[in-house]
Formats: sequence, C-alpha cells, structure tokens
Amino acid sequence: MRWLWIDKFVEFTSRTSATAVKNVSLAEEHLHDLYPDFPIMPHSLIIEGMAQTAGILVGEARNFSEKVILAKIGRATFHRLVRPGDTLYYFARISQLNEAGASIEGVVRAGADAASPLVAEIELMFSHIDKNLAGAAFPEHNFVFSDQFRDLLGNYRSGAQIPL
Amino acid sequence: MPMSHDEVYKKVQGVLVDALGVDAEEVTPKAKLREDLGAESIDFLDIVFRLEKAFTTDPAKPFKIPRGELFPDDLPTLMNDERYVKDGKITPEGLAELKKRMPYSDFTEFDKNPTMETASSLLTVETVVNYMQSKVGQ
Repeated sequence: MRWLWIDKFVEFTSRTSATAVKNVSLAEEHLHDLYPDFPIMPHSLIIEGMAQTAGILVGEARNFSEKVILAKIGRATFHRLVRPGDTLYYFARISQLNEAGASIEGVVRAGADAASPLVAEIELMFSHIDKNLAGAAFPEHNFVFSDQFRDLLGNYRSGAQIPL
Repeated sequence: MPMSHDEVYKKVQGVLVDALGVDAEEVTPKAKLREDLGAESIDFLDIVFRLEKAFTTDPAKPFKIPRGELFPDDLPTLMNDERYVKDGKITPEGLAELKKRMPYSDFTEFDKNPTMETASSLLTVETVVNYMQSKVGQ
C-alpha cells in the first residue's frame, strides 16, 4: 500500500492555500479496522490527509528546498464520521510562514463548497527541521517529498489527462 | 494604538493556553515556560506564530517577531563555547552574553547560581509579556 491519503489537488495557490480531494472507498482496508460491521475512516488518517495537503503546500512555498515535517497538531475537532462513499475536501490555508516553519488552518468538508457538511477543523504546525534542530544531522537529500507527493502537484498543474 | 499592560498580558495568556494546552490559572507571571507549563522545543515556534497572529491588528501589516529575538535559538552553540561555560557553570562572560541576548528576562535569581541546568528558568510568562510590551505597549 502507498502512504498517500489524498487523491488529487483541485486548487493550489502558492504560499497561500490548497484544496485536495480524497474519495473514501469500501475497498480500503483501514475502514474495517476500528469497528466490525461499521466501516469508518479513522480520525488519525483524516489528520494525515490534511498533513499531506498542507505539507505539500508548505514545501512548495520554498520550492521543496526544506525538509518539512509535521511538528504539532495544535487542534483537531471532529464533527461527523466519514463513511465509505464519502468524498473529503481538505482545505488548507497557510496562517504563518517563516524560515523556521509554518502553521496551517485546515477545514475538512464532505463536499466542495462551504455549505457542505463540516467533517473536521484541524490546525497543524510544520517545522523546517534543518533550521530547528541545531547540531542534529539529517541526510542531504530531501527525504520528505517523494516523487509520489511531487506527482500529485505536478498532475494538478499539468491538468494531466490521458486521452483514450 | 499602544496596548495597556493588562491587554498585553491577557493576549499572551490566551496564546500560552492555546499553544501549551494549560489552564489560564496556571499562566502566572513567574511561571516558567518549560518547567511549569511543559513547553518543549517545538512549542517555542508555535508560541511565536500564535503571538504574531494575536498581535496583528491590520492584516496588511502583519506583526512579525524576528528569529531569535524572543527565544534565542543559538544558545546550544553558545553554551558549547568554553569562554562561556566551564564545568557546567556559566562564566561571567557567558552571563554577560546571555543578558545581552535575553534582555526581557529577570536574572535576579539566576545570578546567584548561573548553571546550564537552570538556564531554562529564564524563560517565564513575564519574559514574553515584557517582550510584547516593548513592541506594542504604551
């Protein structure tokens, strides 16, 4: 399985905001792990979806030159359960950004517009680890942003369509 | 418009409650950020972000805290310097350097026994309030 918890971007404004979509399918194993016969998407993975949406937004802000890691979940409030067949929209907005990191205000809805049911409100903080852990050595290459993550953004920007 | 000490204090208190998940009653002027309120290294960046947001009144002119001005981030490097720390004790030169970098902290108690172990006690709620007061106070 690939550790990808968003399917595509539908909006991306550099250094400002991003919106990603996740289609929740009954075929996904994780839905069945919490309660037998009552599949739901775990809250932790909804947070991960927001972290991936926002992490790419924060990474792109500095042209993926920083190793961006999720440093803190400031707040995560959940308003409804997510069930198979739901489509999640992750709305991430950069609240603060500097050389040391960034903070994010995120909203998750079960639909594209502001009137869609509210799933969660999530505040995250990201750290540029090379700038914050003085003395700690990390690999030179940027291990945070794999090709899979960059492809998500690349596909949005190129409007990737493969004609049949 | 300049803010009163009480206004600054209330805002700082709110920021620390949100950033550190503590109760407002715990956020007293003398409370130490690490020892009493449980702040860890990453929380200091969070506090800076939240202060910037809380003290921004005009979105066109966001309030910014220059890196290292409120919480010096090169102290570990500094404290590896033999001129400043010898056998765990901070030397007079080290103390002078600390005071230069942390002008908003109260050194009265620390002066009596300046060691590396007690250095984090220099960061209190009052330190943050003093800093903010110097920026936006009357």
